[in-house]
Amino acid sequence: MPVEVLMPALSPTMTEGKLAKWLVKEGDTITSGMVLAEIETDKATMEVEAVEEGTLGRILVPGGTENVAVNTPIALILEEGEDASALGAGAKPAPKAAPSPAAAPEKAAVPPASAAPAPPPSRAQAGGETTGRVFASPLARRIAAQAGLDLARIDGSGPHGRIVRADVEAAIAGGAAKAAAPAKAEPRAAAVPAAAQPQAMPAPQGDFEEVPLSSMRKTIARRLLESKQNIPHFYLTIDVELDSLLALRQQLNSRSDAYKLSVNDFVVRACALALKKVPEANAIWGGDKILRSRSCDVAVAVALDGGLITPIVRRAEAKGLAEISAEMKELAGRAKAGKLKPEEYQGGAFALSNLGMYGIREFAAVINPPHGSILAVGAGEQRPVVKNGALAVATVMSATLSCDHRVIDGALGARWLAVFKGLVEDPLTMLL
Amino acid sequence: MSETNFDLIVVGGGPGGYVAAIRAAQLGMKTALVEREHLGGICLNWGCIPTKALLRSAEVYGLIRHADSFGFRINGDVTIDFGKVIERSRKVAAQLSGGVKHLLKKNKVTVFDGHGQLAGQGRLKVTRDGKIVAELSAKHIVLATGARARSLPGLEPDGKLVWTYKEAMAPRTLPKSLLVVGSGAIGIEFASFYRTLGAEVTVVEVLERVLPVEDAEISAFAAKQFQKQGMKILTSTTVAALKKGGDSVTATLKDKDGKSSELTVERVILAVGIVGNVENIGLDGTKVRVEKTHVVTDGWCRTDEPGVYAIGDLTGPPWLAHKASHEGVLCVERIAGVAGLHPIDVSRIPGCTYCNPQVASVGLTEAAAKAKGHEVRVGRFPFIGNGKAIALGEPEGMVKTVFDARTGELLGAHMVGAEVTELIQGYTIARTMEGTEAELIHTIFPHPTLSEMMHESVLDAYGRAIHF
Repeated sequence: MPVEVLMPALSPTMTEGKLAKWLVKEGDTITSGMVLAEIETDKATMEVEAVEEGTLGRILVPGGTENVAVNTPIALILEEGEDASALGAGAKPAPKAAPSPAAAPEKAAVPPASAAPAPPPSRAQAGGETTGRVFASPLARRIAAQAGLDLARIDGSGPHGRIVRADVEAAIAGGAAKAAAPAKAEPRAAAVPAAAQPQAMPAPQGDFEEVPLSSMRKTIARRLLESKQNIPHFYLTIDVELDSLLALRQQLNSRSDAYKLSVNDFVVRACALALKKVPEANAIWGGDKILRSRSCDVAVAVALDGGLITPIVRRAEAKGLAEISAEMKELAGRAKAGKLKPEEYQGGAFALSNLGMYGIREFAAVINPPHGSILAVGAGEQRPVVKNGALAVATVMSATLSCDHRVIDGALGARWLAVFKGLVEDPLTMLL
Repeated sequence: MSETNFDLIVVGGGPGGYVAAIRAAQLGMKTALVEREHLGGICLNWGCIPTKALLRSAEVYGLIRHADSFGFRINGDVTIDFGKVIERSRKVAAQLSGGVKHLLKKNKVTVFDGHGQLAGQGRLKVTRDGKIVAELSAKHIVLATGARARSLPGLEPDGKLVWTYKEAMAPRTLPKSLLVVGSGAIGIEFASFYRTLGAEVTVVEVLERVLPVEDAEISAFAAKQFQKQGMKILTSTTVAALKKGGDSVTATLKDKDGKSSELTVERVILAVGIVGNVENIGLDGTKVRVEKTHVVTDGWCRTDEPGVYAIGDLTGPPWLAHKASHEGVLCVERIAGVAGLHPIDVSRIPGCTYCNPQVASVGLTEAAAKAKGHEVRVGRFPFIGNGKAIALGEPEGMVKTVFDARTGELLGAHMVGAEVTELIQGYTIARTMEGTEAELIHTIFPHPTLSEMMHESVLDAYGRAIHF
């Protein structure tokens, strides 16, 4: 029997992903550990490694295929002594008792995916993404088309979830599931209320180019909308003088070529130490409880082409500046290459977003769920300040903390910012 | 002492009840069925099945009488052994009733022989000859006690001269003349049967046409065929009185202008509808609602009394065995929490009348579709355009289809002619799967069959019929 290579689950919540690229072709000899393909999840590109040895018999899911469900067989590997004639029997859909996922890319960090096929994600959730074939009766299809409805956004109540006429009529009555671009909708459809769901967008007016959504864009859209809708944000801004920090940085950087510390590296360390000193602020909302993090992890937003990602400097309170700096460089490099592992960007309680390099003076960031807060840092610039009753010039950076009010009250956020300011303005205390 | 505590009890062993019991047992419920007379109910013992046996005899007789046209010469008279015709019908019923008993046993349904009556929440009392033979309990009790013939004041059946379906099914001799009151499926089937065997048959219908639930075109077509066969049809006419003689009945008939006339016949068959068997089943003191002799239920066959359900003829129309069976399945599957269920849509229940010619339909008539506001596309195809129909020597009939002009939904299909009762299921599947004209047009129908007419009728609705 040929061995099936299954679509791996790269994170516990992953239900589908894009099979970005095959790195081997049919007929290639496969050795254990060989990289077979790249999988693009909502956040990163991961490699699928071979567990079995043999010959790649058949690629079942071509490169570039979107929305491949976890545990779908994506290729067949012929074992020694098998020839292509064995493929016929093996090309069935994933059997229930499939061997442990053939290509779990991580040694132990990723929980092994269940061998049973993942349940099909509800089409109504997940931002209205279409996942493969939509089962609907012919009449349901026609009525939906005439009303300008997107079947992918309607849940089916028929046998095996098939969309039947009643479901479409209910959707029409409920005003849901309006297609994003009902180009051919009949005039009658215009009367259908469209605003009942966040996904329901009015037909665009004017000339637009359609840009398909990447997995990352869909995730950003979904998660940040969820954040702004569900998290009661409030914002605290403080000005921080950087002159001492800049002087210290210059001093340290001139001592060795082994590292080159950035202002941001100092800020990461200051954040971690502030979280350690004010542990109440190092927390997330847990529904019926508050969860206080035992480590001071700092997620750092990294801009990418077409999106962003937040790799996490774990236990940053226990890491020196050089270590933080090296780790940040390495994480940012892999983030830009799309090679972060899920556990490198998932979790944490706090994030840092720095737009200083773009000359931004100050801004307020959207909390990245499940975090409890995010610090938005602007550019360090020379500003007039009043010192001892006299006007002076200082390098000042504005920092805005966005807080989840369910977790962090105003006074707590202010206390954390004061500690942060103290550390940055007197950077030697960061050595303590 | 046998078991008295069940998950589900069904009262009545007809096509609703026994099917519900078997399905409940399949779903793992400990199930009991209470039946006072015959397993299989009216349908199997005194309805659908034995009448089909009778009509088969009539059909064979009709073929023999036309043997000449098929190339056979009969030397001597063909005579009817009426006793044997009836005997065959009874044997068929007995065989099937035995089959139901076996099916229930196979599915481990406990059968109680007696009359079931609700006796407090979750309790049922079974009596026989007035004595309590069992006291049962169950969380769910499904009432499937069926219905019986309706009688009109002054026109009460006596079983001798004035019959209901039951006497009409097993008379000792073939009456020479017959008055059939009511031209629904039951009345017309008996009228057709007795007319084919040579009786003088008069049908009286209060409404303006026979088979009044069918599409007007179909019922007009059928009426014309009946009249051609020598049946007398009096529409918009009522029976004012029946005067019984020694071996005859004189009926006073009144037409729509109030003009009276008299008709003397040997026997009268009353087929003026049914009434639900709602009496003596313990409904008093429960929240179960009864309207016009039928129990009121929701889409899941629930009555207003928690834990009490009702299915089949005991509930609302259409009063058809297959509706009862489907309700039985739906009711217990809903109780068992089976996913993906929908309440019954009556427009997906086919109806069949086994007269000669046969009539079958599903969904809305053309008039009903228009009344509901549909803009319709109608297709028709005559039997005369179908090779198989001509080869069978059955060139009389038609297939009519009604589509929604906008959505292409098959709103209804109506057929009259040979074997149409076997054909209607094709359209029923199309309706249940929510097909449109596109799927029907692209379906390949086998040649040579009568079913090709189903295709052609759809094509005709879209101006594309090939063979007519």
